[in-house]
Amino acid sequence: MRKDYNLEKRKFVIGGFIVAIIAIYLWKLYDLQVTSNEYSQIAVSNARSVKITHPSRGQIYDRNGNLVVYNEPAYDLVLTPKDVTEFDTTTMCKILQLKREDFDLLWKNMSDPKKNRNYSAVTPQPLVQNLDSLTYGRLQEILYRFPGFDIAQRVIRRYNYVSAANILGDIREVNADDIARDSDKYYLPGDYTGDLGVEKSYEKYLRGTKGKEILVRDARGRIKGRYNDGKDDVAPVAGKDLQLSIDMDLQQFGEKIMRGKKGAIVAIEPKTGEVLALVTSPCYDPALLVGKDRGKNYTDLVNDPNKPLFDRSIMAAYPPGSTFKPSQGLMFLQEGIVNTSTSYPCSHGYINRGLKIGCHGHGSPIALHPAIATSCNGYFCWGLYYMLNNKKYGGLENSFTLWKDYMVSMGFGYKLNIDLPSESRGFIPNAQFYNKMIGEGKWGANTILSIAIGQGEVMLTPLQIANLGATIANRGYFITPHVVKNIRDVGILEQYTVQHHTKVNSEYYNEIVTGMRMAVTGGTCRGANLPGLDVCGKTGTVQNPHGQDHSVFMGFAPKDDPKIAICVYVENAGFGAKVAVPLGAMVMERYLRGYSDEIEERANKWSGDSWMEQTQNKPSEATQAQQPTTTASNTPQRNNKPLDNNPESEKAIVVNPIRFISTSRHGLYKG
Amino acid sequence: MDSTKDNNESNKLLASVDWFTVLLYLVLVVAGAISIYAATTNSLAQTSIFDFNTYSGKQFLWIGLSFVIGFSLLLIDRRMYEGYAYLIYIIMIVILIATAFLAPNIKGSHSWLRFGPVSLQPAEFAKTTTALALAKLFSTYGFKLGHWRTYIVPVAIILIPVFCILLESETGSALVYLSLIFVLYREGMSGFVLYAILAAVSFFVVMLKFADQMIMGIPMGSFIVLTCVMISIVLMLFLYCRAMIPGRNVAIGYIASTLGVWGLSALGVNVNGYAFFFTVIPLSIVYLLIAMFRESNINRILITIAFAVISIIFMFSVNAVFNNVLQPHQQNRIKIALGMMEDVKDKGYNVNQSKIAIGSGGLTGKGFLQGTQTKLNYVPEQHTDFIYCTIGEEEGFMGTSIVLLLFLILILRVIAIAERQHTAFGRVYAYCVAAILIFHVTINIGMVIGLVPVIGIPLPFFSYGGSSLWSFTIMLFILLRIDAARAEYGTW
Repeated sequence: MRKDYNLEKRKFVIGGFIVAIIAIYLWKLYDLQVTSNEYSQIAVSNARSVKITHPSRGQIYDRNGNLVVYNEPAYDLVLTPKDVTEFDTTTMCKILQLKREDFDLLWKNMSDPKKNRNYSAVTPQPLVQNLDSLTYGRLQEILYRFPGFDIAQRVIRRYNYVSAANILGDIREVNADDIARDSDKYYLPGDYTGDLGVEKSYEKYLRGTKGKEILVRDARGRIKGRYNDGKDDVAPVAGKDLQLSIDMDLQQFGEKIMRGKKGAIVAIEPKTGEVLALVTSPCYDPALLVGKDRGKNYTDLVNDPNKPLFDRSIMAAYPPGSTFKPSQGLMFLQEGIVNTSTSYPCSHGYINRGLKIGCHGHGSPIALHPAIATSCNGYFCWGLYYMLNNKKYGGLENSFTLWKDYMVSMGFGYKLNIDLPSESRGFIPNAQFYNKMIGEGKWGANTILSIAIGQGEVMLTPLQIANLGATIANRGYFITPHVVKNIRDVGILEQYTVQHHTKVNSEYYNEIVTGMRMAVTGGTCRGANLPGLDVCGKTGTVQNPHGQDHSVFMGFAPKDDPKIAICVYVENAGFGAKVAVPLGAMVMERYLRGYSDEIEERANKWSGDSWMEQTQNKPSEATQAQQPTTTASNTPQRNNKPLDNNPESEKAIVVNPIRFISTSRHGLYKG
Repeated sequence: MDSTKDNNESNKLLASVDWFTVLLYLVLVVAGAISIYAATTNSLAQTSIFDFNTYSGKQFLWIGLSFVIGFSLLLIDRRMYEGYAYLIYIIMIVILIATAFLAPNIKGSHSWLRFGPVSLQPAEFAKTTTALALAKLFSTYGFKLGHWRTYIVPVAIILIPVFCILLESETGSALVYLSLIFVLYREGMSGFVLYAILAAVSFFVVMLKFADQMIMGIPMGSFIVLTCVMISIVLMLFLYCRAMIPGRNVAIGYIASTLGVWGLSALGVNVNGYAFFFTVIPLSIVYLLIAMFRESNINRILITIAFAVISIIFMFSVNAVFNNVLQPHQQNRIKIALGMMEDVKDKGYNVNQSKIAIGSGGLTGKGFLQGTQTKLNYVPEQHTDFIYCTIGEEEGFMGTSIVLLLFLILILRVIAIAERQHTAFGRVYAYCVAAILIFHVTINIGMVIGLVPVIGIPLPFFSYGGSSLWSFTIMLFILLRIDAARAEYGTW
């Protein structure tokens, strides 16, 4: 047969067709595979499932190595609604030991998006939380019969002590704000973070580092194994354990004696700045903020009128009262305003140019040592008066700025930066403040003089008062107080090893120590005279518009090798000598001498409400009992009030009008 | 006849077998089985590639049996194929019809016959028998395509199995037979038919793809099609009819009226698209009907006019056909291939996942057995219709392009074999093989890379399954046997 050569040419059309198709496909494949990156990224996210492995959170020990906070696994029964098929409810109820109605209620709550805000049909939803070990074991055995159900393991924080909630803090699930603020991009929804206390401030050490397992999953989301044999997995790094500087025995002791009172006790080891006890009262059980009732308990604590969540030891700014006087004495000595033999008159108070600041009965004129021992208001008012008006400073503003600088150097007016969140900075006024409040040129030394005796605008936290005690104990320097003594493998943070020297030379501190020792041996603090412990102390009784005077004690012991510096601040408890001094003495004794049945018994008497009877059975209290009504408002009668002659009393009656403005402006403490 | 002669004959036969094609075949089937292993084995629980419990192991069994079948076919006298072509064709039609009624329903189609442990799909083998019958027809003495009546028998031979397979609800396999149009073209059918098919497909795509945009008050799709019709008329007048003067006049008329409309719209008068096209095009047709009498090639001018009219009718029927004739899943597949629908979760899932798998392969691929998308069942039908994905993911662009080029070489080789045949039987049969391969490769790979709507047909030699592999083996080895006989005509 002969070929038709015309038709044979058509092989080029057919061949050309397939060549063209292959060329188009090659171009498309080049585009898909080589040019575009998009698909490889989708493929990775398609097939890999990154499972985060959580490290165990660091545990917390006290300074003596007692375990305070630890982790315990908790088991929840969870279910993925989408995967749940019909199941044997009777068996399930039997194992969970629930009535059918209760089970149905749990189910309803779980699947109601209003009650369970994280509800999703495709993610595991908790049905029953905190299974006991028996139920857990039984469930494990039969779980295969219940598709969609699973047991989820969580770690919850456990506390060995019903104590120190303000120091330890708690952990909670992160919220959207936490994630937005987190510069490290560490948190993911569902993670936990420290909320209060060292749990918050040492979060980065406690939490450790999350690890990840890269798993391979198929089109139905089933895990098929590890990616690259787990070579790209990252193991989690456990969180660092913390050792607190807190002595849990002392902390519990402090909490016991503060029971029934409002206030704070701060005890510091002066040499190291380590906080031995940081008591706030009222306080709460840290375990309340763990587990399924956390939300409800937290709301209860927030709504409690006594504000247990408000850590008075570091968040409350109180007028320091007479415990402030040593700082003034130190400044006067350093500035040469006084020497130890300078005496000022005090005839029942400071009386100068129409201003009278009352005082109580003691010899007059009076020098520094006895002025501290008897807590003379007149002495310190005169001292500050002469200092502020001293020509060598070139004007009131300059001299007042110098005063402020002294105070700041002693750790007042700014946060000390203790390693706990939400510390208050207290308040130390400066010249601008008075210029703004009263008016430039309108204020003078007399206008503001009550600050010399720790009243007026001056506000300190109990921590700052205790730190003053520690600074005096150290004869001129302090180390920023801190509650964590050691982070495992890291040590102590550097900022808690630096000595901060004040503007006052060490030798002048010895004079103040002498005065404070005299206060204990024969002055206002005789109640703290513990034989053999050489206690030095200073009382404070703080007028306030909220009721009875606040009772304050600041001290340290032993005098020559101080082991403990302390501040006790009890709200509305009356004279410093009546309540704060015996409490402070007990804390120091308990710490320095250790446990004894006798001191525990004494502490028990102070615990709860019975302490009021002890302080009110003295006749001299009768006048004091009326005090709240008059201090509550700025009434003219106050000027005429008879001065208290009780030698242990050192309450200042201040006629300074600013004080009332300031207290009403700032409040005595927030909260 | 003594044994020496037999030996001589078989030696001669072996020497004249096209070993290059056999080599290509071997490379493709082995690469296919390895790809099946890669697509189905789980790297976490590795099994042997030859394990008969796995798809790859079974595929090697199919391959082994294919070799037996292939070499058996080489031993059969070539005259048997020619002699029994019609008989085999008729038997196959009977089997196809029987299958449609006897076969169980598997995924909606009745196309699988069970023989003990083996299931076979007669539709796969019907391609070969149809090719043989068609070849036989064209080798009939004096048969030549010419008058339209000469088309009845060849078109019937092609369409009978198509209807039988449609009866089995195997649309994909039925469409394969459309590729035999290439054979008719090679044997004398007017190229105009191919041109018309190309135009129809283009118009169809354009009409659907640009249905929503508007221009001159009419859909963009219609505008493009009508513009193409005008250009086609001019080009056909010049190139096809060689009618230079009418061509020139029509072209000038079109350009002038277009400029006129342009000018009007610049003056702020907007002319409706349909008003424009249906004034200009009919006017040009009326002119041609008059002018054609002065031309020598009246028939071709009439064909040109017919082309224009049918194109316009086709254009208006596209939407109706698309919406009423095609089934919803077919409509979706077309929309997805045209990029009109992004439904990665449901209807577009297969194609999207297959694009992800291929796209993630990059230039050199993830490495043998390192693919994740195919292995983790993201790509459905990964060892059958979507086997090309595995190559794309694990061997990258290098792998996909090599496979494409292997197919191109094979097809061009088959065309070359076709053209060296001394008989119409051999040539037509070879072109059938080429056309069927072209269709399978174009559709399967086009579908996997998202250029063609999803049509479930296998990739020759690669896709898992005995029916597909055996049918292509039989098809190719019959060709090789017929080709090997060319020596017998050596000096003819």
